[in-house]
Amino acid sequence: MRHAEPKLPDRHPTVTDAPDGAEVRSIVLAEYWPVLLFIGVATGLGLVLLAIGMLVGPRRPEPEKLAPYECGFEAFEDARMRFDVRYYLLAILFIIFDLEIAFLFPWAVVFEKIGMVALIEMALFLLLLVIGFAYVWKKGALEWE
Amino acid sequence: MGEQILNQLVWPIIYILCIAVPLILAVAMFVYWERKVIGWMHVRMGPNKIGPLGLLQAFADVVKLLIKEVILPSSANRFLYYLAPLLALVPAFAAWAVIPFGERMVLSNANAGVLYLLAMTSLGVYGIILAGWASNSRYALLGAMRSAAQVISYELAMGLCLVCVLVLAGSLNLTDIVHAQAGGKGFLDWFWLPLLPVFVIYFISGVAETNRAPFDVAEGESEIVAGFHVEYSGSAFAIFFLAEYANMILVSFLASVLFLGGWLSPFQGWITADVSPWVNWIWTGGFIWLFIKAFLFAFMFLWFRASFPRYRYDQIMRLGWKVFIPIAIAWVLVAGCMKYFGWVSIGTGV
Repeated sequence: MRHAEPKLPDRHPTVTDAPDGAEVRSIVLAEYWPVLLFIGVATGLGLVLLAIGMLVGPRRPEPEKLAPYECGFEAFEDARMRFDVRYYLLAILFIIFDLEIAFLFPWAVVFEKIGMVALIEMALFLLLLVIGFAYVWKKGALEWE
Repeated sequence: MGEQILNQLVWPIIYILCIAVPLILAVAMFVYWERKVIGWMHVRMGPNKIGPLGLLQAFADVVKLLIKEVILPSSANRFLYYLAPLLALVPAFAAWAVIPFGERMVLSNANAGVLYLLAMTSLGVYGIILAGWASNSRYALLGAMRSAAQVISYELAMGLCLVCVLVLAGSLNLTDIVHAQAGGKGFLDWFWLPLLPVFVIYFISGVAETNRAPFDVAEGESEIVAGFHVEYSGSAFAIFFLAEYANMILVSFLASVLFLGGWLSPFQGWITADVSPWVNWIWTGGFIWLFIKAFLFAFMFLWFRASFPRYRYDQIMRLGWKVFIPIAIAWVLVAGCMKYFGWVSIGTGV
């Protein structure tokens, strides 16, 4: 197994540590540069695999083989048909609720520092969320039949 | 200058390969293990011809896939068709950058680790949608629509589960989340106990997010043949396969880190003896514990597949929206109260 690099700080800085701009930049670089590299390596891996497949594999195209698969029937001219509006509705609901969850993340992190006020505020926030959720439910947006 | 390149580029890439290469091997062995386990559960042998006990089966499959033709359907969009497998693979691998394998054994100890993970696991759905769209095939499009709707629905439940963990741990950093589960009561200090419903929801959502049985309507062989990747063959298909299994292993590791104390020992605090470095990890904790826990979760994926019939699509949506999300929202408040009134001990044993 691999051992972590020694140049990293023991703990990540908290608000009270108040590092200056240059320090923050160097920490961000030290922590997120490997992440960026990893994305690069993963992309490279995918490209290499695709390239191997194209170079090593045969290439013998013929019209029947290249037709879209429809269990042996003649394919319709284009598969990009209309689809159920529910998928669209669901995507909109997802954006709303996911955004609410994104708001909960910072709350969860600083919850300990703020205490009771945070708990009450979040109870109110969740109450609003639940009212919206109940409305959506009542309106039947969550029904699939 | 040379030293800087070494520190900034060469070492990180070596670390990255130390994660990525074992991950690829783990996927290969996991595929073999899946076929073997499901074989046993069906009272069959499973693969047993290639290599001792069939161990080389997965490698033979890889070679076979790589030397097959990559077919580009005539009506497909060439660029998107080849981009889709990459978009599926990259997040499934890049997410591993922030997983802590042990004390200070982490590639990137990023503060926003959980946020990054949420972003990466969300990106995977683009590969599926693009694959379905670019193939220009009805089965593929149907599979992609189903999969997208299912993944985003369960992502909400998953996000709310993460919020519960964050409330207790008070940090987005995965190493801190593991530290918050340290204590003197062994495995009772881990978050699975105060967050039990959320723990169950998280893992089931993880199964749904990776489109695995019993939530595999996106690729249900018996109805829409293979869903979004029906038109893919050869190495392009292999990439989707690799991404799906890497995601399953990722969910197993995440469930272990978030709820089962990561590398911590289930006997933490019970034994304090100092015998030898070779056996001390059994009670002081080490990456082997993380691997054991992740293996158990990975095994559950296979067990589910062999045990449960496929859900109907409306049942999947009902479970996600009408059962998991309300419970998870309620548990966010419960977790807040637990933390505020000190009903759980957080990180007493660091």
